[in-house]
Amino acid sequence: MTLDPKIPKGPLADKWTLCKNELKLVSPTNKRKFNIIVVGTGLAGGAAAASLAELGYNVKAFCFQDSPRRAHSIAAQGGINAAKNYQNDGDSVGRLFYDTIKGGDFRAREANVYRLAEVSANIIDQCVAQGVPFAREYGGTLANRTFGGVLVSRTFYARGQTGQQLLLGAYSSLMRQVERGKVKMFPRREMLDLVVIDGIARGIITRNLVNGEFEKHEADAVLLCTGGYSNVFYLSTNAKGCNTTAIWRAYKRGAYFGNPCFTQIHPTSIPIHGEYQSKLTLMSESLRNDGRVWVPKQKGDKRPPQSIPEAERDYYLERKYPTYGNMVPRDVASRNAKAVCDEGRGVGETGQAVYLDFSDAIKRDGKQVIHEKYGNLFHMYEKITAESPYEMPMKIYPAPHYTMGGLWVDYNLESTIPGLFVLGEANFSDHGANRLGASALMQGLADGYFIAPYTIGNHIAARKIEKVSTSHPAFEEALNTCKQTVEKLLSIQGNRSVDSFHRELGRIMWEYCGMSRNETGLKTAIAKIQKLKAEFWKDVKILGENSEFNQSLEQAGRVIDFMDLGELMCRDALDRKESCGGHFREESQTEENEAKRDDQNYCYVSAWQYQGEGKDPQLHKEALEFEAVHLTQRSYK
Amino acid sequence: MSGKLLNLTLKVWRQKNGKSSGKLVTYKVKDISTEMSFLEMLDVLNEELTKKGEDPIAFDHDCREGICGMCSLMINGKAHGPDLETTTCQLHMRRFSDGDTIVIEPWRARAFPILKDLVVDRSSFDRIISAGGYASINVGNAPDGNTLLVGKESADRAMDSAACIGCGACVASCKNASAMLFVAAKVSHFAELPQGAPERSRRVQRMVAQMDAEGFGGCTNTYECEAACPAGIKVTTIAKLNRELISASLCAQEEQEKAAGHG
Repeated sequence: MTLDPKIPKGPLADKWTLCKNELKLVSPTNKRKFNIIVVGTGLAGGAAAASLAELGYNVKAFCFQDSPRRAHSIAAQGGINAAKNYQNDGDSVGRLFYDTIKGGDFRAREANVYRLAEVSANIIDQCVAQGVPFAREYGGTLANRTFGGVLVSRTFYARGQTGQQLLLGAYSSLMRQVERGKVKMFPRREMLDLVVIDGIARGIITRNLVNGEFEKHEADAVLLCTGGYSNVFYLSTNAKGCNTTAIWRAYKRGAYFGNPCFTQIHPTSIPIHGEYQSKLTLMSESLRNDGRVWVPKQKGDKRPPQSIPEAERDYYLERKYPTYGNMVPRDVASRNAKAVCDEGRGVGETGQAVYLDFSDAIKRDGKQVIHEKYGNLFHMYEKITAESPYEMPMKIYPAPHYTMGGLWVDYNLESTIPGLFVLGEANFSDHGANRLGASALMQGLADGYFIAPYTIGNHIAARKIEKVSTSHPAFEEALNTCKQTVEKLLSIQGNRSVDSFHRELGRIMWEYCGMSRNETGLKTAIAKIQKLKAEFWKDVKILGENSEFNQSLEQAGRVIDFMDLGELMCRDALDRKESCGGHFREESQTEENEAKRDDQNYCYVSAWQYQGEGKDPQLHKEALEFEAVHLTQRSYK
Repeated sequence: MSGKLLNLTLKVWRQKNGKSSGKLVTYKVKDISTEMSFLEMLDVLNEELTKKGEDPIAFDHDCREGICGMCSLMINGKAHGPDLETTTCQLHMRRFSDGDTIVIEPWRARAFPILKDLVVDRSSFDRIISAGGYASINVGNAPDGNTLLVGKESADRAMDSAACIGCGACVASCKNASAMLFVAAKVSHFAELPQGAPERSRRVQRMVAQMDAEGFGGCTNTYECEAACPAGIKVTTIAKLNRELISASLCAQEEQEKAAGHG
């Protein structure tokens, strides 16, 4: 199968308009005859489910949490980008497009990124109309701040809870459609398989997490909006329930997986403090607007930060990148933090931390101003560490945060399985090899509110889809596969908990496929993961039954998929012998130890095709072609 | 690793499902670091229980950073434990002392039935939001965000209320199991903003009616909800809710009279 990204013809700036003119429409009275499944209710899923229901489709929405309002989009702190140019600082759609594609180290599809920038302004308007309480100036206009990797202020925010407010906006629209009877909500459900009939996605199998029942759901289109897979590292900034199962099982049914090795390690997370640690907590990138990152100049300097004189501190980001300073993109900030810690200049008990210091900002603006901007983050930091950032510099260290990779989709957000659409972080599309801050929220909502509602209509109108029933043998086959997997898991009764396997996988991934990767390490990781998998299927211990609320069983299903995905990530990282964005191959660096891209050989999207259990997946390549931007080595000096 | 180690006695509510009866079961945990979060302490216990072949304790949690609202737990009779404006997932063991006994129970309210152990069903909250907790705006060409000016003070107050995480601590800590603070937070959020104003009366009336239909109790001004709220929602929002409700019913009367007059 050749990969067709279906990029519309015409000049970059007109592509989306031309595309919308061409997309086929479903008449308003016919929409009610079609059913659409939306899995995941975060920004992408919540927005898509609400928008499709508003159009008149019958939507079934699924989430594993107890309520759609819990989706992990809620934890996004800093903000959402939009090319509004409210600040009169020279922003434009073109500039947002360029910043995003450059931030992604030229490994994203130009047309998709341009469209993202184009619809960004509508997102803000839509959210304002919903009642999202964005920060305002005294005059009543919307306030903005700046974020990493850019030189304008285009980020809109609601204190440090932007994701929460945007999600609650989408959630309220969703619940309005529940009331209208256009959305049927299925909370505490986990999608376990995708049902494909005659080559088209026609439904899903879910497990009811309260009573263990396996359920069959048919539809005319299936949307996966299930977020990212950072929990493959076990410790990440993601919620504990975030998982890859929905997209992974779709991959096993034929959807290609795009750029699995592109993961984002966020520079400002609270450092690890013990073996029992269950997650890492992010401190928003927006803090780098006012916080200064530093370590002591001397190795092993154990003095408290206040006792280290100015002349003996190394503000290494400001020193190395005078133009962007502390606001360099995340991949650059993370790698530099790792580098100074590897040199032995890290701080804190473990030496795996750097300072993020607000004392200058507090001196300049006063404690009250800093409190208004970051109060909730400082409060959260103090809760976890028992230290006040008003008094002591924060200690931070990089942590897995976001995955740019995901299921491969074309311009219409459709995967290689017709009728299967993938939105938000679950797809691979817009962020290339590194995502800029405040653009995940933008992408989730763009996909859900403004793109999928058009392209799904085209799928339904252009293809003649016969109705199917859940008694079709494909549904039976998929349901039985799910049942058998669960039965097998429960029958092992070995000695080790699910969590212990997940932790071990996380350690392998962090060590060999984390911030810095090399050939030997990646090969070692693949061998270790295969061994771990074999041990899992022999020695995992899951108590209880299927027919009850069983959290170990839920987790076990997710860990199986994480192990498989981890292996694919390593394969992908092995194939890509260049450094780009968050993917740093030690074999490919400049003299100054910056990432060295290889456009000659690697200017493509990797799209992996499943070949069956125990067989090597097949790599397909989508060549990236750039018309509007000139590829340059990224510099933030 | 810094921090001290604690030995604790836990009394945890165990209940197989919604139909069976439950009881407090005592567990001993050893060498709990004061740096751990409360849920990490339960993780450690569950790991031990699994090793011993005992069913691990079910509890709801997800983001573990205090924002998703999924975690719950009555800890020594207090919703989310002893700290102010703190969810259970953000509560740390340094708050406890060696030798302490900690009683851990689920949220208890008729409108929050228990599913298993410490897990309850809070879908009644979703149904309250469905009844009117939104501005009825379809996706489309919304006007430019800056055409709608909102003063900083109003925006800030709207945000104060919109910060509700929907965890249900207000209900769990209220002797009447009232959901007034939850409903008031959403009503106040919109009452501060021009958005959604046309359906102001309808919103408050429908949300309150749904709250009653779900079996939540009434408010008798004991303010336990405010003390327990991890998001710092103030009881003044309840005053606001009452004001909205009274003016909505006055408006409704007027409209009825108008309708009668024309009829």
